[in-house]
Amino acid sequence: MSNSLHLKDSTSRSVGTGRSFNILIVGLNYKTAGIEIREKVAFDGGKLGDALDALKGVSQLKENMILSTCNRVEIYANVRDVLEGAECIKNFLSDFHNVPRFMLEKSLYVYTGKDAVRHIFRVAGSLDSMIVGEPQILGQLKDAFEFALKRKSTGVLLNRLMRKALSVAKRVRTETKIAHAAVSISFAAVELAKKIFEDLSRESFMLIGAGEMAELASRHLLRNGVKNVLVTNRTYERAEELAREFNGRAIKFDKLHEALVHADIVICSTGAPHYIISKAEMHKIMRQRKNKPMFIIDISVPRNIDPEINDIENVYLYDIDDLEGVIDINIQERNKEAQKAEKIVDEEIDSFLRWQESLSAVPTIVALRQKAEAIRKGEFEKTSRRLNGVGEKELKKIEALTNSIINKLLHMPTTVLKTEIEDKEVMVDIVRRLFGLEITSEIRTEEEIQDIRDKDLD
Amino acid sequence: MLFEFALTFYFIAAVFGIIGLFKWTKVTSRLILILTVIGFLFHTANIVARYLKGGYIPVTNIHEASSFFGWCIVLLFFLLEYRYKLGLLGSFIMPIVFILMLSSSIFPREIKEVPPVLRSYWLGIHTVLAFLGYAAFAVASGIAIMYLLQERSLKSKHLGGLFQRLPNLQVLDELNYRLISIGFPLFTLAIITGALWANTALGKYWQWDPKEVFSLITWFIYALVLHLRLISGWRGRKASILSIAGFVIVIFTFFGVRFILKGFHVFV
Repeated sequence: MSNSLHLKDSTSRSVGTGRSFNILIVGLNYKTAGIEIREKVAFDGGKLGDALDALKGVSQLKENMILSTCNRVEIYANVRDVLEGAECIKNFLSDFHNVPRFMLEKSLYVYTGKDAVRHIFRVAGSLDSMIVGEPQILGQLKDAFEFALKRKSTGVLLNRLMRKALSVAKRVRTETKIAHAAVSISFAAVELAKKIFEDLSRESFMLIGAGEMAELASRHLLRNGVKNVLVTNRTYERAEELAREFNGRAIKFDKLHEALVHADIVICSTGAPHYIISKAEMHKIMRQRKNKPMFIIDISVPRNIDPEINDIENVYLYDIDDLEGVIDINIQERNKEAQKAEKIVDEEIDSFLRWQESLSAVPTIVALRQKAEAIRKGEFEKTSRRLNGVGEKELKKIEALTNSIINKLLHMPTTVLKTEIEDKEVMVDIVRRLFGLEITSEIRTEEEIQDIRDKDLD
Repeated sequence: MLFEFALTFYFIAAVFGIIGLFKWTKVTSRLILILTVIGFLFHTANIVARYLKGGYIPVTNIHEASSFFGWCIVLLFFLLEYRYKLGLLGSFIMPIVFILMLSSSIFPREIKEVPPVLRSYWLGIHTVLAFLGYAAFAVASGIAIMYLLQERSLKSKHLGGLFQRLPNLQVLDELNYRLISIGFPLFTLAIITGALWANTALGKYWQWDPKEVFSLITWFIYALVLHLRLISGWRGRKASILSIAGFVIVIFTFFGVRFILKGFHVFV
C-alpha cells in the first residue's frame, strides 16, 4: 500500500518537472521479504554480470546497478518514465529468477525522486540496516558500484549519486558515534574485557565447554590480542581439537579449578545442568590469584557459574542476559546517533537535488548566457577605457558587435540544449563542465568524492 | 592579579571538567588542558614573583602553602596527561586544585618578614618534599574515585556514558599504586628532614605537636596501603578506598590541625 503511494507521490512531481531522467529504485529487504524470497532473488557471484547485461538491454533504463546482499536486493536505475521503468524492473526480477510476479509484488518497494535519494543515502550510512550502524553494507555498496563501473552500466546520474552516497556514509561515520558501541555478544565481551584489563595480550583466556557463540566470542578475543589460551571440555578430545584451533593448551576437566587460578578471562558454555563453580570455590581461587581481577562470561543456559560470584571483589561475572542488556543499551545509543545521521542525510539530499536540478537545460542555458554576458561586458569595458578619442557612436557600434558575436556563438548550443535529445543530461553535464558553469560549489564536492574514491574504492 | 587569573582559569577548567562527566567531547578535554595550562602559567608567575620579592620559597603561610600545594598537583596532572592520556582525569583533579586555590585566596597574602626559625635552607627541602608527596596522594585519590566509579559500573552492569569515558580498571589501579609508592618515600623524607630541622632550630627532633601526630597517622595509613597490597593482595576497590581515606587525613593534617588543634606549625 505505502509503496504504491510513494510511487504516485513522486511521479506526479517528476512528471511535473518534465525531466527525462529520474532515479528509480525497485527492491526488497529484510523488512519486506522473508529469507525464502530474499534467497530466491539474490544475485550471487556469477549471476550479477549476466543480470547487469540483461538490464542494459532494457531500453527504458538508461543506467542501472544492482545491490545484492543477504539482507537486501535493490536495483538502482535512471529511467525516462518511472512507472514504465518500475514495471520493467519488476518483470526483469520475475523473469530472471523465475519467480512469479505476484509472489514478489507485496515484498517490493519502489522509490523515485527525493525518496530514492534518501533511501540510497540511508542504506549507505547503514541507517536502513538490520543493526543500525553496522559497517558491512558500505563495503557491499562499494563493491556493487565498482562492479557496475567495470561493466559500464552506470552513467552521469548514478555515478554522481553513488559517490555522493559514499561521502554521506563517510560523514555519518565520522560525525556521529553510530558504530561505536558493541552490538553483538562477541563485541560486547571484548569491550568489557578492555574496560577491565589494560592490554589483552598480557592476559590468559580460558574456554570452558564449546558451542557456536562461545567459539565466536573466543575468536574475537584472539583477534583482539589474547595469546595465552586454555581450553577445557568434558570430552578431552574436543578440548584438544579446540586447543589446536586456538593455538592453546587443552586442560583435563577435573583440573578446571587449578587452571582457573591462571585464567584472567573466562568464557563458560557447557551443557551442565548445575553450577560448576561455586562461590566458596571462587573465593579460594581468588585467594590463590592474590585478587588478580577476573572477567567471567557465562553464556550457558542453564547458568554454570553461581551468579553470586559477581559479589566477590575483583571478579566480574556476566551471564547471557547481562550481555544482552549491554547490547540493548548500545542499540539504543546507536538509534540516538542515528537521528543525527538522518540530519546529515537531509542536508546531503538537498545538495544532491540541487545538482540534479541543474542538469536540466534551462538553468544551464541561463548560466551559460550569464557567463558569456559577463565576459563580454568585462572585456568591452576594459578595451573602451583604453580607446581614447573614439566617439560615443563608434563605441555603441563596437558594443553591438560584441553582442552579436556572443549571440551567434551561443545560438547553436542553446538550440541543442533546448531540443529533446537522447542522453540530454550528459550533454548538459558536458556543457557545464566545458564552460565551467556554477562550478564553485561543485568543485569542492567533486574533489571530496574523488578523495573518497581514491581512499575507499581502490 | 596573577593569582586571581590562575584561580579563574582553574575554575573554568574545573567547571568544564564537571560538565565533561556528563557530556564528554574531544573539545572538552582539549579545553580543560588549555585552560589549565594558561592558569598554570599565571600561577607559576605568581609563585616566582613572590619568591623574588620575599627571597624565600613561598610556603611560609597558609595562603602560600595552599597555593603551592595546588601548583604541585597541576604539575603532576600535566605529567600524567602527557604520559597516560587518561580521558577525564582533569574532571577529578581540577576541582581539587580549585578548592585548594579558593581556600588559599581567602587567607591574608601580604609578604611579611619571615620568622627567624624559618630562615633556613631546610625550609625549601622539607616543604617541597612534603608538597610533592601530598600532590601524589591527591592525584592518587582522584584516580581512586575514578576506579570506584568504573568498578561500580562494571559490577552493577549499568554501562552508561561514564563507563565509556573512564579508562580501564587495571590502568587506574596500577596508577594509584604507582603514585602512592612515589608519594610515600617523598613524604617519609619530608618527615625525616622536618625532624632534623626541628633539631637544629628548636633542639628537639620530635615533640608530639598535633601536626606531627597527624603526619604520623597519614604516614601509617599509606604504609598500610602499600603493605596490604604487597602482602595480602589488597588491590582495586579496597586499595582505592584506603587511598581516599589517606587523602582525607592529608587534608585534615593540612587545614584542620591548624584551626582546630593549634601547634607550632602555625604557618603551614
